[in-house]
Amino acid sequence: MDLQILWFAVVAVFWTGFFVLEGFDFGVGALHRLVGRDETERRVVVNSIGPLWDGNEVWLIVAGAAMFAAFPAWYATWFSALYLALVLVLVALIVRGVSFEFRGKVDSSRWRGTWSTTLTVGSVLAPLLIGVGLGDLLAGLPIDEAGDFTGTFWNLLTPYGLLLGLTLLALCLLHGATFLGLKTDGDVRARALARAAGLRWLALVLVLVAAGWTWALSGRSVLSTLLLVVAVLGAVGAAFVVGRDGRRFALTAVTIGASVAAVFAGLYPHVLVSSTDPAYSLTIASTASGDYALTVITWVAVVLFPLVLLYQGWTAYVFRARVTARPAAPSASETV
Amino acid sequence: MPNDEGTAGDMDPSQLDLARAQFAMTSIYHFLFVPVTIGTAVLVAVLHTQWYRTRLPEYRRLTRFFGGLLLLSVAVGVVTGLVQEFQFGMDWSAYSKFVGDVFGAPLAMEGLAAFFLESTFLGVWVFGWKVLPRGVHLASAWAVALGTCLSALFIIAANSWMQNPVGYTTDPQTGAPVLSSIGDVFGNPVFLPAYAHVIVAALLYASTVMLAVSVWHLRRGTEVSMFHRSAKLAVWVLLVTSILQVQVGGVLGQVLTKVQPMKIAAMEAQWETCQPCSFSVLQIGGWTPDDPPTKIIEIPYLLSILATGDPQGKVVGMNELQQQYAAQYPQNGDIDYWPDVRIQYAAMRVMAYLGGIAMLVALWGIFLLWRRRLDDAHLFHRVAAWAVLMPFFIGTAGWVLTETGRQPWIVQGLMLTRDGLSTSVGAGQVLVSLLVFLLLYAVIGIIALVLMLRHVRSGPDPETPDDADDDAPRVRVPELTY
Repeated sequence: MDLQILWFAVVAVFWTGFFVLEGFDFGVGALHRLVGRDETERRVVVNSIGPLWDGNEVWLIVAGAAMFAAFPAWYATWFSALYLALVLVLVALIVRGVSFEFRGKVDSSRWRGTWSTTLTVGSVLAPLLIGVGLGDLLAGLPIDEAGDFTGTFWNLLTPYGLLLGLTLLALCLLHGATFLGLKTDGDVRARALARAAGLRWLALVLVLVAAGWTWALSGRSVLSTLLLVVAVLGAVGAAFVVGRDGRRFALTAVTIGASVAAVFAGLYPHVLVSSTDPAYSLTIASTASGDYALTVITWVAVVLFPLVLLYQGWTAYVFRARVTARPAAPSASETV
Repeated sequence: MPNDEGTAGDMDPSQLDLARAQFAMTSIYHFLFVPVTIGTAVLVAVLHTQWYRTRLPEYRRLTRFFGGLLLLSVAVGVVTGLVQEFQFGMDWSAYSKFVGDVFGAPLAMEGLAAFFLESTFLGVWVFGWKVLPRGVHLASAWAVALGTCLSALFIIAANSWMQNPVGYTTDPQTGAPVLSSIGDVFGNPVFLPAYAHVIVAALLYASTVMLAVSVWHLRRGTEVSMFHRSAKLAVWVLLVTSILQVQVGGVLGQVLTKVQPMKIAAMEAQWETCQPCSFSVLQIGGWTPDDPPTKIIEIPYLLSILATGDPQGKVVGMNELQQQYAAQYPQNGDIDYWPDVRIQYAAMRVMAYLGGIAMLVALWGIFLLWRRRLDDAHLFHRVAAWAVLMPFFIGTAGWVLTETGRQPWIVQGLMLTRDGLSTSVGAGQVLVSLLVFLLLYAVIGIIALVLMLRHVRSGPDPETPDDADDDAPRVRVPELTY
């Protein structure tokens, strides 16, 4: 039983980490056209996440794989229920991923414009849709007695899910704009901070509404309440606290992290609520793998996860400098 | 019980066909890029090491040049890999629920051990040229190579379990396999030869690509001394891998004769049990039990040697295996336990014959190296440039052999493919996603191919004065790479 709860927490940590990390590169991708006015500025913006975005996206892969290994029935039911929505998520992540690589490869403004568009659209759609999917866990989907999804695509568009999707999208945009404030300088930085100034009010309003709704839907445990309070305080702080770039980035990171974590804390001990009958809800205990399998992956995670944090942290440290237009060498259009 | 006829009868058969087509399409496509990535990551790390040791600018330029190809390959490989992971839950939810206790563990390990390593250090390597000390930068190249090799390790462990499930007990209530020994999962007799087969194949892909690119430039006389170096490396790697692959494939075949005899019998279109068995080099017909084959060329004893390692070895035919399985699994009803024999027979021959040609190309290259004529052997340049297509057919045929050859099982002896489908997903949804992915993959594939060819044609970047100054103090700001 203890290992089951541990792995529920691990899954929650991976989803939370995914939004804290990939959140800012979604935001940067979505805003790069608005913040960068000419090609050099846009390249500065995209390169601010250049060494990081791929590693950030692995948090999503591992979140999915951890669910598959620890809670196969949760993974299988949720992913097959979200079928068409996940097709869209995958399309968004695919076009976004190749955009980084393709964009700078041909020296033509039409070519770069095309991949800038796909980068923007992918970066907006992915957090929005994933947010809706996460919200559905708590809002409830039609799940029958056998634990199978019985609805259609339209059942996925729950009001709470849509709100959570919009909230996470707004937080990703704010998080990304704040990240650019931290990682760039000059005009690019000024425009990014101007975007952040507008976005923080929108984010604050959405976080307040989403926090209240989450609290109403959830089991109102101490932990979920606490996380919701942290999320609200973070959003308030992001809106009112003026200070160094690092502090503001920490506040947006806390807000987005606490918002995602609160959804999982609110779910506990369920993993996917059934809107057909609460008794049919999938739970931690009803979907978990056996103790031996959980023990095996626990050992693997205990050894490897600190290592991952260490080298991802080291990467962020190595590339901590602000990205500027200055070193754009003549060979700039070529990669590597 | 997932094998009940009830669940199977309710299922729309076209959902099965579409979901299988989708998995086949996305997997084959994914595996066009994966072996190029794995092999090229290793070869680029080798070139980088050469530069580190010799400080010859040519090696740095080669490293960056082939690194550019690697990045394009990684980009497509990574994004299509995401589809592979999601697809288990989306299209095969009954399968995922049934086997997740065992099958999920290697996937989670892959993420933690391999993907983080590969993608994090790829970013470090690409953006680290002027930022990192030379030794650390070199280490990041090897970390990428290690990450790609580890990723294949866990995936092949998971796949080997589908071919030969081991290390589990059966849940008395659900009949589902429950992991009981992770050591047995990684000690699966299929696993090691299958993993070696994939890694050697990856190096074969990458060396063929590197050779083709190098001879293309040698033929045009551009940067001859530099591309002579990469051609030489590629020819040697191709020689070693194409010879080694015969051995590794042989070992894998003999293991499969024991654990998946139907797969082996089907790839030889062997309906009747034989001892000793001759190898059919070319035949017409023989694809169904009542279709007598016209054998055109046969080699005596060779099938016995390939399948069992003994010229007098016995290969059990599909008819006998069919009777055996029908008696062993009465709950499945009256079904055929053999895969599509025509596909198996053809895939085996494409793989083996093209593998043989790859070896000849390597031997030819070695001969030219020995005679010091590699740089102006125009016919070889032309042949080796086109030979780049071969590994893609070899590898695809290999996976078709492996996966189609397991049918009708999704997990050999445990679960039928038809029972693994998602219950809440309709054929219409699968069709929509299949078409979406087909279109998207086609567009991305064409663009990636065109960009790769442009990159190859434009050749390595010239050495800038800035590059030459190796020992300049490290700067904090990376270049604008994207």
